[in-house]
Amino acid sequence: MIVVRRLLTGLVVLWAAATAAYLALLAAPGSTVDSIIGDGADTPLIRAQIIQEWGLDRPAVVQYLDYLWRAAQGDLGRSYLLQRPVREVIADQIGPTLTLAVAAALLGALLALTLAVTTRRPWARRVSSTFELVVVSTPPFLIGIVLLSIFSFSLGWFPVSGGQGFASLVLPAVTLALPVAGVLTQVLRDGIDRAMDEPFVVTARARGLGERAVLVRHALRHALLPAVTLTGWLFGILLGGAVIIETVFGRPGLGQVTLQAVNSADMPVVLAVVVFSAFVYVVINTLADLSYLLIDPRLRPAPATPTGA
Amino acid sequence: MALALDRPLSVRLRRPSGAGVFAAAGFLALALVAAVLPGLLAGDPLAADPLHVLEGPSAAHWFGTDQLGRDVLDRVVHGARHSLLIGVVATLIAVTAGLLLGLLAGLTHKYADEALSRSFDALSAFPLLLLALLFVAVAGPGTVGLVVAIGIATMPHYARVVRSQTFVVRQAHYVTQAVAFGHSRTRLVLRHVLPNVLGPIPVLAVIGLGEAILAAAGLSFLGMGPQPPSPEWGAMLSEGRGYLSVAWWTTVLPGVVVTLLVISLTVVGRHLQRRFEGRHP
Repeated sequence: MIVVRRLLTGLVVLWAAATAAYLALLAAPGSTVDSIIGDGADTPLIRAQIIQEWGLDRPAVVQYLDYLWRAAQGDLGRSYLLQRPVREVIADQIGPTLTLAVAAALLGALLALTLAVTTRRPWARRVSSTFELVVVSTPPFLIGIVLLSIFSFSLGWFPVSGGQGFASLVLPAVTLALPVAGVLTQVLRDGIDRAMDEPFVVTARARGLGERAVLVRHALRHALLPAVTLTGWLFGILLGGAVIIETVFGRPGLGQVTLQAVNSADMPVVLAVVVFSAFVYVVINTLADLSYLLIDPRLRPAPATPTGA
Repeated sequence: MALALDRPLSVRLRRPSGAGVFAAAGFLALALVAAVLPGLLAGDPLAADPLHVLEGPSAAHWFGTDQLGRDVLDRVVHGARHSLLIGVVATLIAVTAGLLLGLLAGLTHKYADEALSRSFDALSAFPLLLLALLFVAVAGPGTVGLVVAIGIATMPHYARVVRSQTFVVRQAHYVTQAVAFGHSRTRLVLRHVLPNVLGPIPVLAVIGLGEAILAAAGLSFLGMGPQPPSPEWGAMLSEGRGYLSVAWWTTVLPGVVVTLLVISLTVVGRHLQRRFEGRHP
């Protein structure tokens, strides 16, 4: 029951997100016909053809329902600029962005786990907290620029721009991973602190477990739960950050497509990227919530007949 | 490591030293002066000097000069107005809208609350930066679109806090008492609910201001904000990027100032949070 409810909520949120994006499209100044024509030939005949072809003479409600219906089937329209289905455009460019996002997520999580577990002493905690504050507060493009000028311009270890090969992935991934690691470390450390006050830690120590084992096997496992809730947020950071990072490092990917579309008012592409990211966010968040039920039995609804406390 | 049981959690959490908070507050005051009276701290941000182009930091130009010979420090000081204004107005929009919608959700019954809560969820499903880019695509680049976009994107956070806070206040004795006195609904909300709901908002807004400034810098770095030659920080970083290999100071130093401002806001915000935490409505 609770699972069905959660799935339904996810669907409703998704519908609301798609609608909000569509409203933004309606609010765009200038007619759709103008954006499609762009710099091309502009005659009444061409205008009539475009209106006919894109179905722009139908009532707004019908166009909206048509948009929803096609979006539900995964058809996100055609790019005005590139004259290709948006789905193909995204499919073409998602690869490099996904590679960057996954690399950054893994690196960030690894760094956060290491920092949260190893910096338990007061002075280490101080150093790590300062590090977290700085990387969270620094604009991501500044991190990228500083890394670029040190490791590419001065030392020449990595290529200055481009998306070919492993070497070109290192600096962008580190840039994107640092803010992620900053936030995750704070959450994990908070969770560990909380868990260390729990009775089960005393029990574990009473069984003669060493401090490291208590930390990793018991406290850390508890601290991971709140971190799971953050996966949806993490995704947003990675996707939004990727747009900026791809610009700084001149990498191909979804970011460049999005920026190009924004600059040329290619609304179907902008809309598709935004709706697509909302879709992935909702899916991830729903999965995270459901996995919570799986991981933590306390959240499951109580059985109908109480069998004792 | 000793047994942690005997020490309560609050004692073991690290507190930033008083000096750190003091320095952060000082930096914020400086930024405020720069935003209100930039002429007091710096010269003309647009004065080009073709004889001194891309010179490194020196006694005459602390932050060096850029590709047109303009003093980078002057530009950074004058840029404070842009960045702070964008951040403050965006945060005000977010707080005001969040307050109204959160109150509405917290005070209404099941269905209206459910509808509002789901729309907050829908808004936060969009990554901030992509939502803002959608706005720019609709409204064109510029300060206004940037402000509205960041305001709307950060609104759900405040709305959720206000909503749950309203639930708590509604149950409080002074509210049930006021209901028993037969006060009108308007008076109830304005006199009793609203003031007590406001509690955590200023602190959240201070920390949120940092986020808004970061987002604004990112967007104008992408060319979506105030256009050159206006000395906005993100735009400066973007301009200087082309000269990175020969003049790091035109990008890195303005960037460091943005970072310091956001760190200061976070430190001061967290300090206030600790001072006022535990005060319940």
